[in-house]
Amino acid sequence: MLIRTRKPHHIGENEVTPESVYYARRRFMAGVAGLGMAAALPRGAWAASQYDDVEQGSHPDWFASRLENANWQAVTAGDNDKLTPFNDATHYNNFFEFGTSKDDPYKHAGAMTTEPWTIEIDGEVARPGTLDVDQLLGEQQLEERIYRLRCVEAWSMVIPWLGVPLSEIIKRAEPTSDAKFVRFQTLMRPEEMPGQRSRFGLIDWPYQEGLRMDEAMHPLTILSVGMYGRVLPNQNGAPVRLVVPWKYGFKSIKSIVRISLVKEQPTTAWPTINANEYGFYSNVNPDVDHPRWSQARERRLPNSLFSTNMIDTQMFNGYGDEVASLYKGMDLRKYF
Amino acid sequence: MRLWRCAVFVAALLPFLWWAFQVAAGQAGPEPGQYLLLNFGQCALILLLLTLSLTPLMKLTRWKGFAVIRRQLGLWTFSYGVLHLTSYLLFILGLDFSALGADLQRRPYIMVGFAALLMLLALAVTSNRYSMKQLGKRWKFLHRLVYIALALVLLHFFWVVRADMGQWSAYAFAGAVLMLLRIPVVSRALGRVRPRRGSGPKAPRFS
Ligand code: HEM
Repeated sequence: MLIRTRKPHHIGENEVTPESVYYARRRFMAGVAGLGMAAALPRGAWAASQYDDVEQGSHPDWFASRLENANWQAVTAGDNDKLTPFNDATHYNNFFEFGTSKDDPYKHAGAMTTEPWTIEIDGEVARPGTLDVDQLLGEQQLEERIYRLRCVEAWSMVIPWLGVPLSEIIKRAEPTSDAKFVRFQTLMRPEEMPGQRSRFGLIDWPYQEGLRMDEAMHPLTILSVGMYGRVLPNQNGAPVRLVVPWKYGFKSIKSIVRISLVKEQPTTAWPTINANEYGFYSNVNPDVDHPRWSQARERRLPNSLFSTNMIDTQMFNGYGDEVASLYKGMDLRKYF
Repeated sequence: MRLWRCAVFVAALLPFLWWAFQVAAGQAGPEPGQYLLLNFGQCALILLLLTLSLTPLMKLTRWKGFAVIRRQLGLWTFSYGVLHLTSYLLFILGLDFSALGADLQRRPYIMVGFAALLMLLALAVTSNRYSMKQLGKRWKFLHRLVYIALALVLLHFFWVVRADMGQWSAYAFAGAVLMLLRIPVVSRALGRVRPRRGSGPKAPRFS
């Protein structure tokens, strides 16, 4: 592994954190530090007013019962990170199982059956098993995590997720010392997923993603079951999806049916199609461009015809203080 | 024929009006610029394929109606191509031309699209009787550029496909069929389906 050192005077001007960002980050870290400690508010107060106009959908029992005790705003984003309107977050998605257009998921994902749903946990664990969502969540309190979401296609949103730390779920399965990576798998059900029926699809279904063990155990990594104070809409990955905010969106795999702890780095969907364009790590990195477009900036959505709403992309999507240490000594140009 | 021409005009204008309305009404999603860009691009490609299908259709049916809208559809193709380029410059690049150089380097498919549009431009400005007269035989030769433009547009599109080749394959298949129909043997066979009657005035021939 190539270790790169930098002399102190190489620190560029743009690495000096502006005050506002600094305070935003402080608040954010206070949020992380206080995980699970903040008093749970009833949905009534903050969330209800915040998500007034959000259409509620029908909440399964396992969700409704946990919503009352959710820890709202356990993690917040920066001052300039305005929440993306619910309508945009649900009508502009990449979920290739349902088609390649941004509006295909909301048009077609309604056909996906999410009850009943089971998640298989297997591989290098002492306690493998098949769980429904209720069992998967267990005693864990739902937390609201407001995260920036950076798509590899150079657009971004700010989404208030509801979920639980993945680490807690992995711990419960008691990984063995051989568990070095975590592999995730999306539902495979061609009869409900037109993208999986296409004879011209490039993705080798079922969709698979993976994380290194320390990434999976990181407190920022969550399994999400809701957003905007409600259950996840199907097009956003119901009933259970991964959210890893410092990586490009495609790492945050949707509609998970299987979580396997494995010894070797798993093969994942996008690098399999094109290893030059997509890497296993896929950390948000403004300095490593996609071969076909720059990653230095991003369009914060929604934008308009009159403004592309371009903002600078931040290293690790702005979560560097929390996650940069995971990659110490790694050449992130090589392991992109 | 006049009515037919007007109907085609309106039909070709409708997609533009519809997308403009959607954007104005906030129904074009969180990224209206991208929405317009992709729709205009697809529309230009469809119009290009339609334009190229007119000659075979005319050969097959001997209906002049297909011939009289050929120029119009060609110009519509170019227009939607220009709208597509304009969307790119205005809404994607935000008229930040300093970013254009870097973008071109990184996205060779934009150069390919640009080359295709230049060809369509050459065809558009010479699509009148005056140019036909002036250019004589060379006009026909010049207008064969349309085949190269089609190939370039398909390449342009191929380059941006990410997860599923279905849509692209459909367009490429249509394009390939239209090219096949121009192979002399095939095109003569096409003309024999409904032979010309009597010794009336010779119908104009199209390549
Ligand atoms: C100066 C010329 C052109 C430029 C700058 C340009 C630029 C672009 C860009 C930026 C995209 C979007 C790629 C993406 O983000 O997915 C695109 C896609 C496309 N372009 Fe062009 N283009 C040009 C010419 C053309 C022409 C002349 C045609 C057709 C006659 C065309 C047809 C298309 C099509 C069909 C797509 C794919 C749309 C889709 O994915 O749904 N382009 N072009």
